Amino acid sequence: MSGYLLNRLGQALFVLWAAFTISFVLLQAMPGDAILIKFQNPELGLTPQQIAEIRASYAADSAVWVQYIQTINRFLTGDFGYSVQAGVPVGTILAAHLPATLKLASLGFLLAATFAVVIAFVASLTPFAWLRGAIQSVPSLFISIPTFWIGIMLIQIFSFRLKLVPVINPGPWQELILPVITLAIPISAPLAQVLVRNIDDVLTRPFVAVARAKGATRHWVLWRHVAKNALLPTLTIAGVLFGELIAGAVVTETVFGLNGIGGLTGRAVGSQDAAVLQAIVVFSALAFVVINLIVDLLFPVLDPRLRTKAGATA
Amino acid sequence: MSASGFTPPVLEVENLSIAYHDGVTHRRVVHDVSFRIDPGEVVALVGESGSGKTTTAQSIIGLLHANGRIEGGSISLNGTDISRWSDRQLDAVRGAKISLIPQDPASSLNPVKTIGAQVGEILRIHGVASGRDLEAQVISLLGRVGLSEPALRARQYPHELSGGMRQRVLIAIAVALKPQLIIADEPTSALDVTVQKRILDLIDELRTEYGTSVLLVTHDLGVAADRADRLVVLQGGRVQELGATKVVLAAPRSAYTRQLLADAPSFSAVVRTAPATARDRHPTSGDDVVIVDGLVQDFSRTDDRGKSFRAVDDLSFRVRRGTTHAIVGESGSGKTTTIRAIVGFQKPTAGRIEIDGTDLSTLRGETLRQFRRKIQLVYQNPYGSLDPRQTVFDIVAEPLLNFGRLVRPAREEKVRAILSRVGLPEAALDRRPHALSGGQRQRVAIARALVLDPDVVVLDEAVSALDVTVQARILDLLDELQRDLGLTYLFVSHDLAVVRQISDTVSVLKDGRLVDGGTVEDVFVRPRSDYTRELINAIPGQKRAAFV
Repeated sequence: MSGYLLNRLGQALFVLWAAFTISFVLLQAMPGDAILIKFQNPELGLTPQQIAEIRASYAADSAVWVQYIQTINRFLTGDFGYSVQAGVPVGTILAAHLPATLKLASLGFLLAATFAVVIAFVASLTPFAWLRGAIQSVPSLFISIPTFWIGIMLIQIFSFRLKLVPVINPGPWQELILPVITLAIPISAPLAQVLVRNIDDVLTRPFVAVARAKGATRHWVLWRHVAKNALLPTLTIAGVLFGELIAGAVVTETVFGLNGIGGLTGRAVGSQDAAVLQAIVVFSALAFVVINLIVDLLFPVLDPRLRTKAGATA
Repeated sequence: MSASGFTPPVLEVENLSIAYHDGVTHRRVVHDVSFRIDPGEVVALVGESGSGKTTTAQSIIGLLHANGRIEGGSISLNGTDISRWSDRQLDAVRGAKISLIPQDPASSLNPVKTIGAQVGEILRIHGVASGRDLEAQVISLLGRVGLSEPALRARQYPHELSGGMRQRVLIAIAVALKPQLIIADEPTSALDVTVQKRILDLIDELRTEYGTSVLLVTHDLGVAADRADRLVVLQGGRVQELGATKVVLAAPRSAYTRQLLADAPSFSAVVRTAPATARDRHPTSGDDVVIVDGLVQDFSRTDDRGKSFRAVDDLSFRVRRGTTHAIVGESGSGKTTTIRAIVGFQKPTAGRIEIDGTDLSTLRGETLRQFRRKIQLVYQNPYGSLDPRQTVFDIVAEPLLNFGRLVRPAREEKVRAILSRVGLPEAALDRRPHALSGGQRQRVAIARALVLDPDVVVLDEAVSALDVTVQARILDLLDELQRDLGLTYLFVSHDLAVVRQISDTVSVLKDGRLVDGGTVEDVFVRPRSDYTRELINAIPGQKRAAFV
């Protein structure tokens, strides 16, 4: 058990380091940089001398490996550097944008999971083959719609036509309704597909026939025998889909003008604000790694077969 | 089978016809099947794969596959026809009046629920008990089916129990509500032979105690002969023979039953007092082509802090050229580990293995690869060991491509020759495995092993998955090939009846150790260990000797 834990922790740390290093290399390889973009602007009237001084203050011209070591050291102490564009610490910027994204992502994920479970179980319970087929084709439909299009259509229908959700000055929760749905739809699709397949698979196992032979109804079997067995493998997919969630959040926040990490990413890319981008990548990787670590640690709790076999052969 | 006029049969199946539909096709698999089961009686439904025995059993308990339909006839439980009942009506019957003991204990319990919860479930569904009372009843049931420490078992999960223990749990579920009829669908075919005997004894005991009738579905005529009052022999969905067990075995009326009896190895093994005469042909003098000397194989267990597990412990035996040596044992005895070492898949921890004068430990890389053409494997499962995307020709030709550089015409000739040798028609060449029967697939696997002209063929449970009539043909083929080609067989099996029929010498393994060894006659007639005696006594079909 402790070996399993250490192994997973080691993998997590490696992923974090790899994400940091790859993003660092890529950001370094980009032509131009944030300092040039901001201070070479002729309207500022800075002399090349002054620009060089500014560059020196950001240590922008020291050797790449020196910068790499310095940055990694700073990150380890919780210092994410300064945003050249905004002129404030990256930590402060992240703290300002993180809550909105966290709310969007967690609600979006919850809704996606709910959609998936409802689709999968309704499909399994329905006695009509045609309805079952129709419900099971919903995920493929969901997966093929682009996120931005869903967002625009939702605004069109619910805000402009039906006037159900205000777009101008919505409340703090109201403003989340449409973005959460937008985010949840594409994420729910692969979850539902995997779940439907798992339920079908579990239904063919002999222990289901044994449960039926005890006199259990279809519903009883589905909830008490099939559900947990089918959800277990889905959990792995859920962890992996968290990456999709981050990508989806960028698009969704842009469409709905939300002030979260997604919007921040868009702006930082535009201004080549390397320090901000570096921190976002590391934060996303951290979130991804933590979620998947939780999933890995959850498995032994949910599946008795993965627990230690102490005293089992007595 | 004294059916008195006063007690109606527990079950009466009349002219039952069942078909499977899948959109376009309509396939009738059960045709006008009729039989009855009287109170307290055991009736065996005997047949090979595709005989419709499982479909018939499923229809009785109302658990046909979604695409299966009862097209005619009736299924009467205590005189009431339940064949057209809805699921809802049947829910009250299932578990309470008719229960099921399934085939495969490994997959028949929910892996994420405790044993106690799964036994208690049947009491809860039918509202028989709850709370403390339920717990107490579960523990007493688990004790009743012979599980040690029933209170502990109730808290354990299925993977913590052995196959035999799991089957006891499933029996506890089946008898929990003292049903009138238990359908036992191949209840022991996934179990070791000694465990099989204990489980069948338990079912017998509980049946007598509760006065329950049993419908025993089995492919094993030996099991049916030992346990059933009456036999129903099915073939292709039709009843071939029906009658009291004694009568059917002593004087079978249908040609098919006679064929089954002739092919069942358990009967021939018991009836023949001397070892099979066919074996006498083989040369008794000759060099030892396989020498295993002091073989030890340890495996390190990752979850046990480096403590290693000894799978094979100081095993030695020799096999003469042109003879068959059987390695016999139950699961966990080390048979598979032994043959993996012999074919060079894993390095032994200690000991020496010599094949045709070559010490295996001296071989590495390419020399080891070249050595493999001398010793070939035929696996148990004819469905899993052939690539479904290759044609029969490709499958058999592949070893030739791996070794040697035969030009295409020579290769083709060789493949055709070997396929006709194993009795496959020319037309099979372009087919893929799914278009072949189980027996044909095993012939392909044998052809693939023989195409390299090996000295030794390892047959790892090679006939265990086959129906008896098919098994008999494959055993005939193996015997013929051995005589013609001078092959040496290492025959790994759990089935002593088959072993007795085809081997010259035997090693009996238990927990990695050799407990008995020598010629077939030595081991079967004068077994030295209690374990061997127990194995021999567990061979089903021994009652038949009394009938003939």
